[in-house]
Amino acid sequence: MFILVVAIFLVAGLTPWLHRFLPRTAVWWIAAFVAGAFAFCFSLTGSVLQGGSISSTLDWIPALGLSLSFHADGLSLLFAVLILGIGFLVLLYASKYMSGHSRTGGFYAYLMMFMGSMIGLVFAGNLLLLFVFWELTSLSSFLLIGFHHDRAESRAAALQALLVTGVGGLAMLAGFVMLGLIGGTYEISALLTQGDAIKSNALYGPVLILILCGAFTKSAQVPFHFWLPSAMAAPTPVSAYLHSATMVKAGVYLLARLHPVLGHTDLWFSIVPVAGAVTMLTGALLAFVQTDLKKLLAYTTISALGTLMLLLGFGTVWSLKAAMVFLVVHSMYKGALFLVAGAVDHESGTRDLRLLGGLRHFMPVTTAAAVLAALSMAGLPPMLGFISKELLYEAKLHAPSFGLVITVLGVAANMFIVAVAFMFCLKTFFLGKGEFPKEPHEVPRLMLVGPVVLSFLGLSIGLFPDDLADRFIGPAVSAIRGETTEISLGLWQGINPVLLLSILTVAGGLVLYSVRSRFVAAHDRLGLARVQGPSRWYDTLVDGLPVFARRTTGLLQEAPLRGHLLVVLLAGFAFVGTVLVLRTDAARLPVIPSVRLLDVVLAAAMVGGALFLVVTSSRLAAVVALGAVGYGIALVYTVFGAPDLALTQFAIETLSVILFILVMQHLPEFRKLSGNGSRARDVLVAAAGGALVTALLLLTVREPLWSHLAAFFSAKSLVLANGRNVVNVILVDFRALDTLGEITVLGIAALGVYGLLKLRLRDEERT
Amino acid sequence: MRSLILSTAVKVLVPLTLLYSVFLLFRGHNDPGGGFVGGLVASAAFSLFALAEGVEASRRILRIDPRDLIPTGLAVSLASGLASLWTGGPFLTGAWYASPLPVIGKLGTPVVFDCGVYLLVLGVVLTIVFALGEE
Repeated sequence: MFILVVAIFLVAGLTPWLHRFLPRTAVWWIAAFVAGAFAFCFSLTGSVLQGGSISSTLDWIPALGLSLSFHADGLSLLFAVLILGIGFLVLLYASKYMSGHSRTGGFYAYLMMFMGSMIGLVFAGNLLLLFVFWELTSLSSFLLIGFHHDRAESRAAALQALLVTGVGGLAMLAGFVMLGLIGGTYEISALLTQGDAIKSNALYGPVLILILCGAFTKSAQVPFHFWLPSAMAAPTPVSAYLHSATMVKAGVYLLARLHPVLGHTDLWFSIVPVAGAVTMLTGALLAFVQTDLKKLLAYTTISALGTLMLLLGFGTVWSLKAAMVFLVVHSMYKGALFLVAGAVDHESGTRDLRLLGGLRHFMPVTTAAAVLAALSMAGLPPMLGFISKELLYEAKLHAPSFGLVITVLGVAANMFIVAVAFMFCLKTFFLGKGEFPKEPHEVPRLMLVGPVVLSFLGLSIGLFPDDLADRFIGPAVSAIRGETTEISLGLWQGINPVLLLSILTVAGGLVLYSVRSRFVAAHDRLGLARVQGPSRWYDTLVDGLPVFARRTTGLLQEAPLRGHLLVVLLAGFAFVGTVLVLRTDAARLPVIPSVRLLDVVLAAAMVGGALFLVVTSSRLAAVVALGAVGYGIALVYTVFGAPDLALTQFAIETLSVILFILVMQHLPEFRKLSGNGSRARDVLVAAAGGALVTALLLLTVREPLWSHLAAFFSAKSLVLANGRNVVNVILVDFRALDTLGEITVLGIAALGVYGLLKLRLRDEERT
Repeated sequence: MRSLILSTAVKVLVPLTLLYSVFLLFRGHNDPGGGFVGGLVASAAFSLFALAEGVEASRRILRIDPRDLIPTGLAVSLASGLASLWTGGPFLTGAWYASPLPVIGKLGTPVVFDCGVYLLVLGVVLTIVFALGEE
């Protein structure tokens, strides 16, 4: 699995080059690779049929409990097969859909990067690793939503999706860390065995809520759902792939994966099913009033995600089985419908339902695929969607509590979905005659493959569901529950309450469809379209943040550098001084260490230099005085046995002199810039700082040094790191990670300085 | 503002200083020195040359844009840490070539790491110095 994930990322990295050198055939090679990966994962399903699993582990950062451990079981393979299978079809589709665009190489690279992250996510066997891939999916989603980065709408949507899912992801990380602290490990397989201990822990509540924040933002649950309709600004293949079939299901995957650890508690039952039910209804209702094909599908996706959450929330065998079947069927029909919507948009120039109509004459094959997918969505026999809906109702009737209420809500939501499915099909392809911006015709064959395969799969699996049950659903449910579960699926279950509910749903959907215009009129009259609760909150927050930052900055960092410096220094003194006063043991006054003549001479030279620096009226003299102080410090280092520090200090001082010489001519006239009052204040601040540091030093030398560190490094430096210079060995070996961080900061700071200098230069050129 | 004395002096000083900076870099593991101070000394050499002959001339003898040295140095240091992927052990674990080489001494990934620091520091200082000098 590790190799699979690495390979996908490798292909993602190579894609732009591949596309540059083989502009025509690059996508074929990529698609062939994905097909191979699909076949590999499909073949693995055979070996986990009996609830088994495959694992591999490689240390990454063992000190943090982070390992590259991958784990394939029924649940992850079900997701992997969906991700790779639909990914393959979307690639074929995109090869025509995106043709003619200038940055297709980048597009495929992002798509492959997403695929790798998603595969990594479902195979990750370590919570922290899962988090890494989780964030990578958010990042690639950001890049793909904002692919048309010349449009302000795309950029805003991309940022919105990134911020919402990113904040949720951070909350989730906090939850993961707490979970790791409780369980003593980040390995998911080890955590899964400690369900009872974790649930009875005092931190269980915060853990659950934080992790749910991650899952709910990713899977677009109310009130975090608003980013998903905005994300429709992405190219349609992306919407089909990320924002309906795969990525948005990551939250569902996470909760399914952690179900044995987090599920079946009062808190779980009072949040997850409720959020799911609210999302299910909200999505269905909002979908019904849309006129944009993609927005309409996005809201039905939200509804479907709510349904999945609801089912996971119950956690019964029925509901898990229903959830897994619904997951599969939704990915198929919704993927197909999105691709159809893209085809319609591509060929007719619009995806507005009010303009569309009668497209069956122009696009017969697309129409057939759309009809099959919509039938599956409406849950009509003999489609897989029918089986799925029967299971849904069965699970809802068997819900642990409030079964009746939930069933009623479910039927209501599904009525809307049925109505939307009819609307999608009839208004686009059958009724009336459209007013298309351009003359429509059938899409190229490659763009037909995806919708046709996905919708026919819905039909054929509906007729012969046994293989799906044995190969995927059974192992997935077994993996979630942690015990082997036999699953069987069938179209015809006899006349029972569930069938009656299905009939009722379809009838209700047809009624709703027929009264849609009145419904929309009422919706508009009530002004519901203008109510944008969570989306408005997001805008307020995002707009308010820079304002807040500007005010704070204005308060703390006033324009003159001296005021800014004063705030920093005083704040530092205040914090250190407070601790010093509070913690100092008055009984043990500091002892004045013995002083040598050399020390006195050095100190006198430095103090003299500093005093001269303050009073001199010549800049050159000031530079020299500053240099004297600096070299004095270097001498102190030498005297007290820190040659490395001294060497560095000498080099820095030399460079400072060179810098001064370079800028000397450009500096303004050297004069007093502050009045006597502020100079007196500065003297006080400086004296306070000096006194504080002196006190701190005297107190420090009073305590015995913790010498085991020095002893450790002196003893181990040569043995472990082949070096006698302890300072350097610490820098490049023992604490090399710190150094790496520091040089990164150094590089970024240099670029910042460079930017500032060049910016000023350009301003001068302009005037 | 050309100075004949400075121009003549740098012809000797710059190569010597550069040599010294490399010496500092490689001796750092056992004696005072290292990539950071080595990089500082090397940048002092190029800065001195810039003072004497102008920034353009100094850029020419450096041959590579100092801005490119920053990511290069960072990449070298990062890559030295990745070597432990093959030898096993966590990121940045030192790996050593068994027998010491003449002049350079023992060769291992920490030395490579230090070379990255050297390049980065050189890039950082010269980016700023050249930008200031061209102003």
